[in-house]
Amino acid sequence: MADHAAHVPGLAHHFVSMEQQKEAGTIGMWLFLLTEVMFFGGLFLAYTIYRAKYPDGFLQGSHLLSVPLGGLNTVVLIVSSLTMAMAVYYSQLGERKKLLGFLTLTLILGTVFLVVKYFEYAEKFQHNLFPAYWTYNPAADHPPTQYHGQVQVFLWIYFMMTGLHALHMIIGIGLLLVIMFMAHRGKFTKEYNSPVEIFGLYWHFVDIVWIFLFPLLYLTGFHVGGGH
Amino acid sequence: MATEVMAQAEESQTNYLNASHTVKSWLLTLDHKRIGLLYLFSISIFFAIGGIYASLIRLELITPQGDLMSAETYNRVFTMHGVMMIFFFLIPSIPATLGNFLLPLMLGAKDVAFPRLNLLSWYVFMVGAILMLITIMSGGVDTGWTFYPPYSSIYSNTQVTLAGVSIFITGFSSILTGLNFMVTIHTMRAPGLTWFRLPLFVWAHYATSLIQVLGTPVIAITVLALGFERTLQIGIFDPKLGGDPVLFQHMFWFYSHPAVYIMIIPSMGVISELIANMTRKKVFGYHFVAFSSLAIAVFGFLVWGHHMFTSSQSMYAGMVFSLITYAVAIPSAIKTFNWTATIFKGSVSYDTPMIYALAFIGLFTIGGMTGLFLAALGLDVHLHDTYFVVAHFHYVMVGGAIIGYLGGLHFWWPKMTGRMYPEIWGRISAAIIFLGFNLTFFPQFIVGYLGMPRRYHAYVPEYQVWHILSTAGASLLAIGFIMPVLYLAWSLKYGEKAGDNPWMAAGLEWETSSPPPTENFTYQPVIDHDAYEFEHVKEIKEAAAKEAALQTA
Amino acid sequence: MAEHTSEHHIVPLKYYFGVFALLMVFTALTVWVAQFDLPGLWNIIVALTVACIKATAVVLIFMHVKWSSKLTQVIIIAGLFWLAILLVMTMADYLVRGGWGVLGVQPN
Repeated sequence: MADHAAHVPGLAHHFVSMEQQKEAGTIGMWLFLLTEVMFFGGLFLAYTIYRAKYPDGFLQGSHLLSVPLGGLNTVVLIVSSLTMAMAVYYSQLGERKKLLGFLTLTLILGTVFLVVKYFEYAEKFQHNLFPAYWTYNPAADHPPTQYHGQVQVFLWIYFMMTGLHALHMIIGIGLLLVIMFMAHRGKFTKEYNSPVEIFGLYWHFVDIVWIFLFPLLYLTGFHVGGGH
Repeated sequence: MATEVMAQAEESQTNYLNASHTVKSWLLTLDHKRIGLLYLFSISIFFAIGGIYASLIRLELITPQGDLMSAETYNRVFTMHGVMMIFFFLIPSIPATLGNFLLPLMLGAKDVAFPRLNLLSWYVFMVGAILMLITIMSGGVDTGWTFYPPYSSIYSNTQVTLAGVSIFITGFSSILTGLNFMVTIHTMRAPGLTWFRLPLFVWAHYATSLIQVLGTPVIAITVLALGFERTLQIGIFDPKLGGDPVLFQHMFWFYSHPAVYIMIIPSMGVISELIANMTRKKVFGYHFVAFSSLAIAVFGFLVWGHHMFTSSQSMYAGMVFSLITYAVAIPSAIKTFNWTATIFKGSVSYDTPMIYALAFIGLFTIGGMTGLFLAALGLDVHLHDTYFVVAHFHYVMVGGAIIGYLGGLHFWWPKMTGRMYPEIWGRISAAIIFLGFNLTFFPQFIVGYLGMPRRYHAYVPEYQVWHILSTAGASLLAIGFIMPVLYLAWSLKYGEKAGDNPWMAAGLEWETSSPPPTENFTYQPVIDHDAYEFEHVKEIKEAAAKEAALQTA
Repeated sequence: MAEHTSEHHIVPLKYYFGVFALLMVFTALTVWVAQFDLPGLWNIIVALTVACIKATAVVLIFMHVKWSSKLTQVIIIAGLFWLAILLVMTMADYLVRGGWGVLGVQPN
């Protein structure tokens, strides 16, 4: 009869070793991130094409976005990536309290990001700038410029890209809560901490998407003097 | 040969099928073999639905007038035929049924890397399918399975958004399965099972999983964008709002072309196994066949523009896509030559799986070569949107993918169920399918070349004779497809009980019982030889020893 | 060369702080450069270059890829390559189309 290994906590029965399980989990997450690259990639494609076609509209549209708020969100996410990396560090050392502390910080920062986003979106809706046929009316605040059709193109790209990103943040926060719960219950040890690391990969990826969204959406029109 | 650390517990009849009987044990199973059967059951139902739509198409096309249904209804019928067949039958077919069942067995593993994700995959698939069934019951969609805007985004009055949501969700099932397979193949191979000792079925599924993981997200975002366009009219694909409808086509075909390789590469993997085992010979040019699967997967991503030659896509881009399309045919041809070389001087047995394998080689060759007709820019201008295209893709998808699926289903049936199917009925239905298939689709090459457009329910009387032949063939084909359903079901209760290795085939899956125990192997397999080494197969060694004993006696 | 896998290798904290500093500096840099109207495509080139440097730092250090297996590195390269296929080959159509073939009234 094949030897049954003594039950290793956290090792699923179909894996032969913790190392195999961890390798599988890590590669699985990287492949999932690969799918995310292609998923966002379709929107980056749309951005590239329409920006090349409507450069002035994109300048005007980008000028509608608040660089301070976008910059704040960028800093918030970068700090949250740092706190997430430190959470992983302490999980590797088996230090539960510090792990929970940094996970909590990450959670707070992620929430701040979403709150800022909410205010940004609310302001756009208020000014009739959401590009659906019943809510888009830039003339409500200012007379339409020659570019306002192109600005509408910029805006739907802005909403789709940041909206999809925000959705990933929300999912990330949900997963983070699960990880925090597991950490609170003492499930992670020096030997078994891969869920924290693997979740960290997802969190960093969402940060990287924002690292590209910020300059492409917010900074495009930064140098444009004219108003909208 | 696999080193057995202990003797098989042959006396105990516990296997994955009878380990537990409750509905809950099936619906909450984490066993990849049961999940494979769950898929088998569901996709068969969806195939039947797609088949009913096909019958309606062929019935309408018997006469030149559009007399069976209105043009609008006909649009819905061919659309739903395409959607059901592609998304709910062909794309899952071999990977989700045979792949799920066999991969861990072929790798000497206990299960796939993420069993819960595997089950989730099936549930996600079913949610998508139910949404599509609701779409059908709400009248279906009439845009063609390709959903081109602006018709789909602005003018169609059908449930486009619901269908889009369904496809979005179903896509995740495909992504999760592909991800699971890739991780399993990378990390869970048995000791000694290096990459170049893997069965070609595994290589094929690795290549397929690559495509699923890389391509499916793009159709997900495309369908999402289409949904927003349709509901909010934001202007992505609408020219009046500054959008470009051809952008949809680019994004759509970026996935949908590689998707056809998701449908054919697993079938090619099956054919490699069938030919090797039914001719008792190593596959000729193993490395070439393995790498060609990867080559098809990679090159398949570079050719999508060949669906858009007449779309106002740039002529120069068209030339590039045309050239690369010729290149992507080469790995497929390499496989075909290697299979043929394998059969040469092999010990051929003409059981049902081999009949399907031989049919595949012929039919796939025709399908593939007519693809090259279409890859020629100038010729495509004449042939685009005609029945020539319809015939081409049915030759590869039915004559290729489905034939391979049926061959594999018959070959591994004893392993999956512990029962043999009745061989005589297997051969009869294979023959009927082969004849029916050719009678259905070969005339379509001709009528397409003569100018019959696709997606039309009325046509000029000159085309009628070809359509009548085609519909006659379709009736025969339908019978051919129904027969296996009947005799395979019959075999579950009355079929001859199968031993571990009724085909005396090489492969780890044949070194465990039929059906296998839940944990696949009662020992840890260790590999020390290449794939398809028949001298290591236990049953062949025993037969040879018996032969030798008789000789010396 | 012995291949470190992330499970055995604990990244010293100073790497994290170093990357954090780099990210903050480059963020400030990209905002600062953006206020100037550079000729031609230079604005976007600078912006994307900075973003790529930041992303690379996050991938290599925060995501431990510097110490990960070859397979992980291949997966990342493959992802970038496939994204490139999507962008480059589609743009290749649009860039040589001339007038882009988009019908209808130019949005005003």
